[in-house]
Amino acid sequence: MLLNVDRTADGLALALSGDWSIDRIAEIERSLSELDDAAPRAIRVDCSKLGALDLSAVWLLRKRLQRWADAGARIDFLGKRPAHFDFIDEFTKEAEPTPQAVEIPARWAAFLAAFGRFWVQQKERAYLAADYYGRVLMTGAQTLRHPKRLRLPSIARHIYETGIQAVPIVALIAFLITLVIAYIGAQQLKRFGAEIFTVDLVTVGVLREMGVLLTAIIVAGRSGSAFAAEIGVMQLNDEVDALKAMGINPYEALVLPRVIGLVIALPLLTILADAMGLMGGALLCQWLLDVSFPQFVARMQDALAPTTFWAGFIKAPAFAFLIAMTGTYRGMQVRDSSRELGRLTTVAVVQSIFLVILANAVFAIIYLEIDF
Amino acid sequence: MQPIISVRGVVNRFGTQVVHDGVEFDVYAGEVLGIVGGSGAGKSVLLRTMLGLRKPDAGTVAIAGKELTRMSDAELAAVKRSYGVSFQHGALFSALTVAENVQLAMRENFNLDEATLQALTELRLRMVGLPVDAGQKLPSQLSGGMIKRAGLARALALDPGILFLDEPTSGLDPISAAAFDDLVLYLQKSLKLTVVMITHDLDTIMTTCDRVAVLVDHKIIIDTLDGIMQNPHPWIHEYFHGPRSRAVRTSSQRNRTPKE
Repeated sequence: MLLNVDRTADGLALALSGDWSIDRIAEIERSLSELDDAAPRAIRVDCSKLGALDLSAVWLLRKRLQRWADAGARIDFLGKRPAHFDFIDEFTKEAEPTPQAVEIPARWAAFLAAFGRFWVQQKERAYLAADYYGRVLMTGAQTLRHPKRLRLPSIARHIYETGIQAVPIVALIAFLITLVIAYIGAQQLKRFGAEIFTVDLVTVGVLREMGVLLTAIIVAGRSGSAFAAEIGVMQLNDEVDALKAMGINPYEALVLPRVIGLVIALPLLTILADAMGLMGGALLCQWLLDVSFPQFVARMQDALAPTTFWAGFIKAPAFAFLIAMTGTYRGMQVRDSSRELGRLTTVAVVQSIFLVILANAVFAIIYLEIDF
Repeated sequence: MQPIISVRGVVNRFGTQVVHDGVEFDVYAGEVLGIVGGSGAGKSVLLRTMLGLRKPDAGTVAIAGKELTRMSDAELAAVKRSYGVSFQHGALFSALTVAENVQLAMRENFNLDEATLQALTELRLRMVGLPVDAGQKLPSQLSGGMIKRAGLARALALDPGILFLDEPTSGLDPISAAAFDDLVLYLQKSLKLTVVMITHDLDTIMTTCDRVAVLVDHKIIIDTLDGIMQNPHPWIHEYFHGPRSRAVRTSSQRNRTPKE
């Protein structure tokens, strides 16, 4: 029992007992809220039987008493008023300015405003992205005119990190996926007695589409996020500003080596993925269809047009460019808080994968038109 | 007098590097203890040991007579609720608003309705001198001084009896730092808190600390403020009588109000 209420001739007598501390704050709040809102004329507060009393409890009690006082009640303390009251009086002396009521617009107006804001934001984003691409391309053009400013050690490091370190994962995934595709293809084609065409399916599929697309998606997940996170952390540490203050162009020092590095590394990884994919196909054909390795190669040479490999391969630098640009762009956008860093890293990965798939579709249409 | 925190023979090592070698001192209820020491002397490690976040390689730490090193996790959690900590860089949760930061411990520990939570949050914000509308802001939108205050508000969320402050005034301009010192002193006097603070700020030591513990040679030398200033140890002498401390000392002796 924390609070005992007695009616007196002209009001209420509140007798506080037990521990009024934050450990029992829920009980305290409950017993205070059960009190009658109608203001009596006088209230006497008896703190003599209190165990502990802490600030949180006093704050709630004081708020309650204040409401009665505002309604015209006289409040007395039996004995000394607890010291915490003085402390609260002290820092609440300056009244908080009452917050101004915010006008809530009508529903249709709010909708219209949100709609308009969305498009204005889209316009700004498009402008910023175009600005970024422009800056990087300009910096690239300037640097190519003065090749000494090309940071070769930095480019080599990024080729190593995005390319060579990705070799095991890219090889394994290309191998496994082709295995599955060849297996499904063989099963379906068997029904027509055309299982030898599994070889066509695998070789054309891997060289034109699967090899480069798989590699690009893995690299987008690995390196797109790494680019965004690395540059984002540098932004948070003011390292990018430090570069600018030294007169070093951050696009030249941070962005360009990453873009060039990835544009070199991704095509090389694509060749690896193609090779591993063909190997997986050959292996499966041997196991499942009794197509020996020489037979597989002979059939493959029939299936391939001179352009098949190139149709896949020339997509790689384009994908690499998109991934590197998206990753570095999002990294450069990080401001102020580590929360932004996480968000923009995610955005970088999702967007670069989306852009890769979109660009792949565009390539498919172009190839169709020019009959490549 | 029974000490509220007592540290006995604490040894902390990282590999072969010895940070603390038999650190011993007591903190008494109601005092403000300053911990000073050179960079890398292990002040933060000592703080983490006192908080029960780090198990010392040897020795014991007891808070209110109970040894942290021999506790079950549940007992340790109860002790952790009895103190508040304000970290050096605020350590505010960046994904939560200031108000949510303050409310977090209360939400975890008590089953409270929204209105009560709001009321208690308002109390914490106002007692550290933050405007109530600062509660809606994210930590990244606050200035350095406001982050320190918000960190203090969060440390005070459970009405602790002991307050640990890690470099409470670092990175603040002298005016904000002095205001923060006043705030800590004011809260300490009004709420009868025990305060343990790590600080490099000579002004803060002169104006707030009753006693000073100095970490030198992997040990603690602890004395009253006046006593430590007379200490003949060369590092301590240099610390309190070096060129940077002279100006502080003269100005603070002029302004210092006698303690009751």
